[in-house]
Amino acid sequence: MSAEAAVERYTGAAASLLRVRAMLRRHGYLILKSWTRIVSMMYYPTVTMVVWAFLTLYLAPTNNFLRDAPGFFIGAVLLWDVLFRGQLGVSLTFIEELYARNLGNLFVSPLTLPEYIAGQLAMSVLRALIGVGGACLFAFLLFRYSIFSLGLPLIAFFANLLVFGWAIGLAMSGVILRLGLGAEEFAWAAIFVIAPVSGVYYPVAVLPAWLQAIAWAIPSSHVFEGMRAALLEGVFRWDQFWMAAALNAGYLALGAAVFAWAMRYARDHGTLLQMGE
Amino acid sequence: MSASDSAIVVAGLAKSYGAVEALKGISFTVRRGTTTALLGGNGAGKTTTLSMLLGVLTPSAGRITVLGEEMPAHRNRVLPRMNFTSPYVDLPKRLTVRENLAVFADLYGLRHPRERIAAVAADCDLDDLLQRPYGSLSAGQRTRVSLAKAVLNEPDVLLLDEPTASLDPDIGDRMRTYLERYQRRSGCTMLLASHHMGEVERMCDDVIMLRAGVVVDQGAPRALIARYGRETMEEVFLDIARGRIGERVPGSAAEETTA
Repeated sequence: MSAEAAVERYTGAAASLLRVRAMLRRHGYLILKSWTRIVSMMYYPTVTMVVWAFLTLYLAPTNNFLRDAPGFFIGAVLLWDVLFRGQLGVSLTFIEELYARNLGNLFVSPLTLPEYIAGQLAMSVLRALIGVGGACLFAFLLFRYSIFSLGLPLIAFFANLLVFGWAIGLAMSGVILRLGLGAEEFAWAAIFVIAPVSGVYYPVAVLPAWLQAIAWAIPSSHVFEGMRAALLEGVFRWDQFWMAAALNAGYLALGAAVFAWAMRYARDHGTLLQMGE
Repeated sequence: MSASDSAIVVAGLAKSYGAVEALKGISFTVRRGTTTALLGGNGAGKTTTLSMLLGVLTPSAGRITVLGEEMPAHRNRVLPRMNFTSPYVDLPKRLTVRENLAVFADLYGLRHPRERIAAVAADCDLDDLLQRPYGSLSAGQRTRVSLAKAVLNEPDVLLLDEPTASLDPDIGDRMRTYLERYQRRSGCTMLLASHHMGEVERMCDDVIMLRAGVVVDQGAPRALIARYGRETMEEVFLDIARGRIGERVPGSAAEETTA
């Protein structure tokens, strides 16, 4: 046994930041040294983008709408994937811990729930940037379409979709924590429930009145309406932006509350040390 | 014993899952700098007790104080000074040993993680394994890594849930030797749940015997062996686990309770 000096520790905010970094390191190591994981993150958005791009090429000569906005479907599919990657980034980060049977180790350490969530959200940004970034690169290389042609509004769209993805991801993490890994499929499928009412490829106005009411209650529909306005009319719809942001604040709080409730349930029922494959 | 002599104080601790009472209001104290065994058959309440001490299981009733701090209310103050190892939790398998230890060095807020990782790697004989994925290691090597993780922050209180379960005698002995040396050097308090009675006799200053969620006896291993008129802790364990207590053991906690 070495006779080293007593271990020195950070305290307060510095220690808290270090714990968030720990979560980034834990999942960053996993992702960045595995080319198969990186490829799999880019695969789905790229393939989907390619399909919509060819559909655009096919329809554009006979379609006025696509002649005016040839990048519409590609932009829509890339932005939709920001939402999807944002949600998966949160949920999969949590599921990885269950598969690794590491949740017990994490929560007997000084890691707090807000720090754990901050780590999940940061990983979600990384996953979204890798996944959607790869698809954006291929969109440019194959079809000369640049997502950056949307200009500054892109940042607003990206941010609002990412935050909504976080909200769903946190809620799904809570559901899996409550129900066990048998509910893992929810993490993959949850996002598709809101796809029809998000108005990704068509305006909310085409939906039946009762579905429109639901559509306007979710942030993604406001983002895609905003995207259409930016592409077709060249205007940034601040009203849609603020509505999406306000709704996001509520949904994010709700998602975090679901996760916190599931964590309390796990502490009450002793599942934190036992959860795994 | 004064409060400052106690690393862990448990008073009236109970845990129920619906109608099932896993712990029925147990009380005990663990002195600072000692090794105490928490013994009992399967389902006696050992892991439940450890989980509540670590703040990952909420008690139904009772009080826990660790290093002078209330648990789980002040878990964030005391968890940096605690650690834990158990065969029931694992480390990420695709990360190397060094990466895993680096993650936990951050989680415990260590100021000089590289030096600390090098020190525990040397202590736990992990130098040659640092670059290998955790998942590629043998059971014995993984146990050493888990132990390295558990002492990485040089905890003042170390909780060990069956630390040598499923290890061969050689590795098991190395683990025990390491823990003994670690405690002598650091003055750490260790609470050990184990089914290995030889380990308990060798390492522990005190023993707390649980049966069906109740503390049925406690004392030093030699004192318990003498009191039960047995040769080994294994025999004492069997007496207690099979309910042969009270009527033939003067001075036992069970006898005092039923008197």
